[in-house]
Amino acid sequence: MLNNSPKTLFEKIWDQHIVVPETEDTPAILYIDLHLIHEVTTPQAFTQLKENNLSVRAPDKVLATMDHSTPTVPIKTIKDLDLVAESGPAEQIRDMIKNCQDFGIELYGFDSDHRGIVHVIGPELGATQPGRTMVCGDSHTSTHGAFGALAFGIGTTEVAHVLATQCLLQRKPKTLAVNLNGNLNNGVSAKDIILKIIGTIGVDGGTGHVIEYRGDTISSLSLEERMTICNMSIEGGARAGMFAPDEATFEYLEGRPMVPKGDDWHDAVEQWKQLVSDKGSVFDKEVDIDVDSLKPMVTFGTNPGMVMPIDSEVPDHKGNHSFKQALDYMKVESGKPLLQKPIDVVFIGSCTNSRLSDLKDAAEILEGRKVADGVRAMIVPGSQAVKAEAETIGLDKIFLESGAEWRESGCSMCLGMNGDTVGNGQLAVSTSNRNFEGRQGKGSRTILASPKTAAASAISGVVQDPRIFGNN
Amino acid sequence: MERIIKFSSKTVVLPNEDVDTDQIIPARFLTLPSKEGIGECLFYDWRFNESGQPNKDFILNKEESQNCSVLVAGNNFGCGSSREHAPWALVDYGFKAIVSTSFADIFKNNSLKNGLIPISVPEEMHKWLIDNPGVDVMIDLENTLIQTQQGHESSFPVESFSRYCLMNGIDQLGYILSQETEITKHENKL
Repeated sequence: MLNNSPKTLFEKIWDQHIVVPETEDTPAILYIDLHLIHEVTTPQAFTQLKENNLSVRAPDKVLATMDHSTPTVPIKTIKDLDLVAESGPAEQIRDMIKNCQDFGIELYGFDSDHRGIVHVIGPELGATQPGRTMVCGDSHTSTHGAFGALAFGIGTTEVAHVLATQCLLQRKPKTLAVNLNGNLNNGVSAKDIILKIIGTIGVDGGTGHVIEYRGDTISSLSLEERMTICNMSIEGGARAGMFAPDEATFEYLEGRPMVPKGDDWHDAVEQWKQLVSDKGSVFDKEVDIDVDSLKPMVTFGTNPGMVMPIDSEVPDHKGNHSFKQALDYMKVESGKPLLQKPIDVVFIGSCTNSRLSDLKDAAEILEGRKVADGVRAMIVPGSQAVKAEAETIGLDKIFLESGAEWRESGCSMCLGMNGDTVGNGQLAVSTSNRNFEGRQGKGSRTILASPKTAAASAISGVVQDPRIFGNN
Repeated sequence: MERIIKFSSKTVVLPNEDVDTDQIIPARFLTLPSKEGIGECLFYDWRFNESGQPNKDFILNKEESQNCSVLVAGNNFGCGSSREHAPWALVDYGFKAIVSTSFADIFKNNSLKNGLIPISVPEEMHKWLIDNPGVDVMIDLENTLIQTQQGHESSFPVESFSRYCLMNGIDQLGYILSQETEITKHENKL
């Protein structure tokens, strides 16, 4: 490969992190700048290290927190844990604390103001930076690509590899350009963009690829909106999603605890500015998405690709067995709308939509209104820092006065590991990322939507179009 | 790790497309501390009814499905969460290979590290295998070949280093550790 041939953003970062190049017989050894860990996908990795008498190669390149099975009721000390958590999650949290102590890894635990969902705190702390390679035993690691990092999910065996060597064996993925063109209309959000993309490419459309989001829409998207889009890249099958860093990226990061300071900051920004796909660089695939015509989107089935504009009707299954099974599970019918369908639960949270801008979107609609009778609305901030910021501007009061629950941070009802679940047979409108069968609790049924749509549905008691609440 | 070269089995067919890892093992079982016995949770909410009794209609609970080590499944098997508990559960239950037309990336990587071979076959052969459950298949990892007694045959792609490790019963970590000098060299440039 000629050194002067145009490169994509992905290729630039990939090339900079090659420790040993790929051959026909062996994958590349890729250096990992930052390893995010949490309590659920690490225990067996730490066990593997212990059994093989290995240490953690670079504890300062590991960012550890607790989020997946962590209770969202207040916990001040570890002793409180047994009062609120079941034995499985409690044991896993204790293991995490011990493993981090044993291997010299700093843990953002119950006593930390920085604790939160791992994909929310990474950017907040400025640990997520352009040009970095980042991995985590969690598929939504793709979130960090919003900053121009190459970030992707790995399994527990690979977590052990990275802990022991700071490296990962990888075959080079292909590239997919998703071109976003136009502007978001009122009532329409970044969540609707990514749901539209998944509906367009399908849940396996990005398999084997890293997505770069491009087009004239992207400069108007905030970093939080870009995170929502990158977050669900995995739901389109892609390992990673990326935005080239720009002024908005640098503005978001400047002054955060873990970013370079002083002259080093300016040097870093100069380097980060190089992280754009060169003119003439070639992507393996390209897809165009018209943002101008986008409406609020909702899922109707049991994967995120089964999605439609909120004011349309559930499509025909055309004899597809899996499709029909999904409609039956969801108790929805082809040709019928989802609008006005009664709901039981609204969940606003998850690594997809739990940042301050998401909570503001929800609060604009909830302010001065009441959650409908019979609906449980639960709002879970992405981190303790988001919680504190939200409380500073009074969002907690808006939520509580509306009748919604306001919790401590964590993954919560997105996957229902911590006791926060949607009941058997109940229908939820959720700002999370997966509407798989039983994802939010055994027998739960999930409609994925934006925070605006979720808030509109909470006060209506039915699936509701947020655009009827005016200018938001 | 056990060496895998070649094996034969009857197939069990789960025609569902886009089977996600939440179905393979629901999240509430991710707090299990060990890989051993985790097969009991495989496809739990499909395998067992409300009262925890086996759901007679589910394919894995049928007499003819017992002791099959090859699962034939619909397109895009293993999508969703990165949980390695999914291949752990499949392996602990007794599966050695999954045959589909395509697999989600993370699931595929995780499977290859646990002695579970993801086998992508062309649509035509896939359709035949879906339509003919319980046939004998021979899987030859050395020659990356899947064959049926009825004469259906396909080669399948498998990442070459993973194949080498599986055939020799080697853990991949040893290879990365052996590149210590190169890793240090890279770190010194940072």
